[in-house]
Amino acid sequence: MAMLEIEDLHVAFPKGKKAEVEALRGVSLKLEKGERLGVVGESGAGKSMLAFSILNLIAEPGRVSQGSVAFHGENLLELSERDIRGIRGNRISMIFQDPMVTLNPVLTIGTQMVETLKAHRKISDAAARKLCIAKLKEVAIPSAESRLGAYPHELSGGLRQRVVIAIALLTDPELIIADEPTTALDVTIQAEIMALILKLCREKDVALILITHDLGIVAEVTERIMIMYAGLCVETGPTQQIIQAPHHPYSAGLLKALPQFAGRGTRLYQIPGSMPPITALPPGCAYHPRCERATELCKAQVPPLEHGHACFHPIDQTEAAS
Amino acid sequence: MHILAFLLRRSVQAVIVMFVISLIGFSIQDNLGDPLRELVGQSVSEEERDLMREEMGLNDPFFVQYFRFLGNAVQGDLGTSYFFKRPALDVIMDKFPATFELVLGAVFIFLSLSIPAGIYCAIHRDSWITRFIMSASIVGISVPVFLTAIGMVWLFGVELGWLPAFGRGDTVELPWGWETGLLTWEGLSHLILPSVTLSSIMLPLFIRLIRAEMMETMSTDYVRFAKAKGLSTSRVRYVHAFRNTLLPVVTVGGLMIGTLIAYTILTETVFQWPGMGFLFLEAVNRVDTPLIIAYIIVVGLIFVVVNTLVDFLYTLINPMVKLPGAKS
Repeated sequence: MAMLEIEDLHVAFPKGKKAEVEALRGVSLKLEKGERLGVVGESGAGKSMLAFSILNLIAEPGRVSQGSVAFHGENLLELSERDIRGIRGNRISMIFQDPMVTLNPVLTIGTQMVETLKAHRKISDAAARKLCIAKLKEVAIPSAESRLGAYPHELSGGLRQRVVIAIALLTDPELIIADEPTTALDVTIQAEIMALILKLCREKDVALILITHDLGIVAEVTERIMIMYAGLCVETGPTQQIIQAPHHPYSAGLLKALPQFAGRGTRLYQIPGSMPPITALPPGCAYHPRCERATELCKAQVPPLEHGHACFHPIDQTEAAS
Repeated sequence: MHILAFLLRRSVQAVIVMFVISLIGFSIQDNLGDPLRELVGQSVSEEERDLMREEMGLNDPFFVQYFRFLGNAVQGDLGTSYFFKRPALDVIMDKFPATFELVLGAVFIFLSLSIPAGIYCAIHRDSWITRFIMSASIVGISVPVFLTAIGMVWLFGVELGWLPAFGRGDTVELPWGWETGLLTWEGLSHLILPSVTLSSIMLPLFIRLIRAEMMETMSTDYVRFAKAKGLSTSRVRYVHAFRNTLLPVVTVGGLMIGTLIAYTILTETVFQWPGMGFLFLEAVNRVDTPLIIAYIIVVGLIFVVVNTLVDFLYTLINPMVKLPGAKS
């Protein structure tokens, strides 16, 4: 049994009085202990929705309308509020996108760390503070002792994200869900923070779901990739395999758009068009209006996810090589 | 150290504000009619009136009169009430405890109701109780305070006869000369209707403000992160969300104290509450110019002091705001 098994997950939002639109349209994934998965896609593809639905934290009025999230065989979506709280921040932690708004501005770093420990462990204040200092040192925060009394606004963005990572690690979780953990940071510290997350996950054998739109980061950090488009998984498989030989035209397009793959002095490649909003999805494969391989079949039917890709006309690698 | 710097800075600002208030307050005196007509009867001849004007300095140029007034004012002398024939400041300070206790009662009522109601309405957005409170608050905002006051007098004072709707009742004098109505049941029962009326201006406004701010903080990332950390619902709501809700509420609340004092004039008049506002309206009717000016200056001072206190309070709950002059 896999550690985390998501089965046919649908997330719906109300539209008007009666109707609903789906932000996730049936996503499945499996994650083993210590495995690192990258979830890639454009904004609005449903990546964050997937991340938040694992801990049943979808913002109202959205709701999980179908499917299950099994953690060690236990469906998290059916747990009582009290039981899911025992999982949140304890066995599964999250790192949010923008450290400038993740920490509460009116509470000290110490308060925000200690309260997490106290929610999950019977621990004295002194012992909790000691553990917090140890974790702050682990994420390489200078003069950790004095930071406990500091407020978030007294720290830089990079330091704040380190604090968030330290909070995520406080309870020695089995899984960390990182939702674009470096997107809001300066380019110069993005690599540092990513390297830190990778190092800590490896050392402690923590599984990671890394949500990002940056294929470059995924290639360095993760073992498996899931590429999402308009609320569906369009391709999944081992990271190196997909990067070297993508089957879905969308994956191929994303890879082609990376600056590393463009020749010097040439224009960067761009996938034509933009992703449709979830309120106005085209029939059939949602990608077909942007796809050069699309046929009448693509306009009529949603391709099933088979052999790791959801496409009627996958790119054949012999063809790609020519 | 930085508290002293803050107080010094605010004192200088306060002096400037008070100077402007005194100038405006004093300049209305020429526009309120002839004080001589109120002071003396019809029998006094025109020559005698001129003589009195000269003696009282009413014929001097405006700025000569103003600086004479200002010179006395900084020594605590705001003139002598024409009607009471006593120092205007003394007359007002006699009435200050009544107004202070009325405002205190109103603040107590609207804070103890608006905070729980606002939080409830933010959390249970679609319940019928929320819908009822929200609709009622619209009505509450729209009804003018004198109508509320008259309605209260009619219903609870006249028809039901549950509560007194006239005056302050018995008061107890505290050692430092403060007449309080808070220590006897009779005094308290007299306080209920006027303070409920006065709080009715603020209550609907504050419920809506707290609800809106609470809803906003509940949807922030740090509240979501607090949930993702596995904290209890009450800790997420009251420690993470509500503390941030308080920031704008304190700011608006500070400004509202001024409005509250302004509305004491109406409330005190309807309930014959022997406070500063009632006194002020009487002074206007009697063209008791020194008393009117003294009232404006005392109320201005209360404004300045309250706003300084609010700013100070704000720095205590918002760590991002440093008192001016504090070391970073």
